Amino acid sequence: MRVTRILAAMAATGTLAAGLGGCSPIEPWVKPYEREHFADPIMSLSRDPVSTSYLEHVFESREGSRGATGGVGGGCGCN
Amino acid sequence: MRLQLMRTRWHLLLAFVIGGTPVVAGVLPDDRADVLYHRYQGGGITIQGPSVLVRKKVGDNFSLSAGYYEDMISSASIDVKLTASPYKENRKQENFSVDYLHGKTTYSAGYIHSREPDYASNTTFYSLSQDMFGDLTTVSLTYKRGWDRVYKDEKDAATGQIINDPHFFGGSSSATADHRGWALGISQILTRSLLASFNYELLEDEGYLQSPYRQIRFLDPTDGKGYRTADQTYPHTRTSNSASLLLKYFLPYRAAVSGQYRYFQDTWGIVGHTFEVDYTHPIKRAVPFLFWPVEGHVVLDGSLRYYRQNAADFYSDLFPRQSYQNFEARDRELAAFNSYAIGFGATYEFPQLSWAPWINKSTVNVRLDHLIIDYSDFRAVYTGSGIAPGTEPLYKLNANVFQVFVSAWY
Repeated sequence: MRVTRILAAMAATGTLAAGLGGCSPIEPWVKPYEREHFADPIMSLSRDPVSTSYLEHVFESREGSRGATGGVGGGCGCN
Repeated sequence: MRLQLMRTRWHLLLAFVIGGTPVVAGVLPDDRADVLYHRYQGGGITIQGPSVLVRKKVGDNFSLSAGYYEDMISSASIDVKLTASPYKENRKQENFSVDYLHGKTTYSAGYIHSREPDYASNTTFYSLSQDMFGDLTTVSLTYKRGWDRVYKDEKDAATGQIINDPHFFGGSSSATADHRGWALGISQILTRSLLASFNYELLEDEGYLQSPYRQIRFLDPTDGKGYRTADQTYPHTRTSNSASLLLKYFLPYRAAVSGQYRYFQDTWGIVGHTFEVDYTHPIKRAVPFLFWPVEGHVVLDGSLRYYRQNAADFYSDLFPRQSYQNFEARDRELAAFNSYAIGFGATYEFPQLSWAPWINKSTVNVRLDHLIIDYSDFRAVYTGSGIAPGTEPLYKLNANVFQVFVSAWY
């Protein structure tokens, strides 16, 4: 039941977000030509995925916590 | 399997793939290949092996990714010193994923298979990423599903060979563990130099979630040691929630600094807090005494990480008596502890390779992390130590984690 609610919330969030993205009147406050910093590899959230993933593996093997490490998300459409 | 807890295993597998998944919804990730050697050493354990990750676009809309990872484990850790024997084993993992780009949306799907002598795991995942608000925002949704099969190794009395215990789980040679996960990721450009990333993840496990090798101990004055050991008993389900927020800032002199916090809680009573700061600094000046060009070719990285957690509700280093409660565990991953890590890395980008004009960029990278875990309620128990139960020194882990890898973009 709890999972169903969470799934429904996630689906609603996705639908709303997709809808807003499709016809949003919101003006981007950082213009595309102002995003050169985000195109720099040093601003990548995972510059070397093979290394980042390995370190996550090392930590999560030894800790009770898990998840939400930023493997997804982090894009910025700035390339 | 003996080294790590099964409850985290399937999730770890996924990290290897998600870590390489494109996160910019409107752009497929670069074609690149990485070959990495990793080595972990600490607490009587050495784990080393290769990792390979290759990604290639197919046409304008598809990107394929394949990876291989191996752990070669040699363990004489504090865990096996109490009730088991040192051992060696290998874990091998293969993964494959495909990304499809349509407009500003990227659809991803993948499969991961992992196997070792006493554990097999299969995981699938599906992900959707969407750019919106003038590409200032990226939203990602991920669903993953895992199926594990657990065995228990033992030495065959007749042949001396290591075999799976045929009666390990209720007369069967294996047990199962199923997993489900849902993740939401939002990244947001806040200013010309500041990026935020929020992630939430819900994970559910059901089945055999404990290690069949590790044991609890309980007081028994009739025993010469003052305690005896027994099998652990875990709950058959676990649900966890975690949420993290990361801020990354581009410094005016072309460097980057980031800070991250993660909150974690689960139905086993564990609450964890993770804090991490990272700094990236490209070298901008020539160093005259070096033969190779450095200016513009070297990037240095540094990181500090602090983590703490409380113990699970059913964890104890020493139970008062046998069968003290329904669920009992002594896995130190469920204990209360503080953990500290400091890391340094360096990347060298080669000048354009004349003999391989099809390689656009290539790098060699090294990274060293030092990890300290200070346990608050897990004691260093060695058989025959003669120390009264419950008065042994608290255990402290020191470990070094080394990586060297080469990367090529083509």
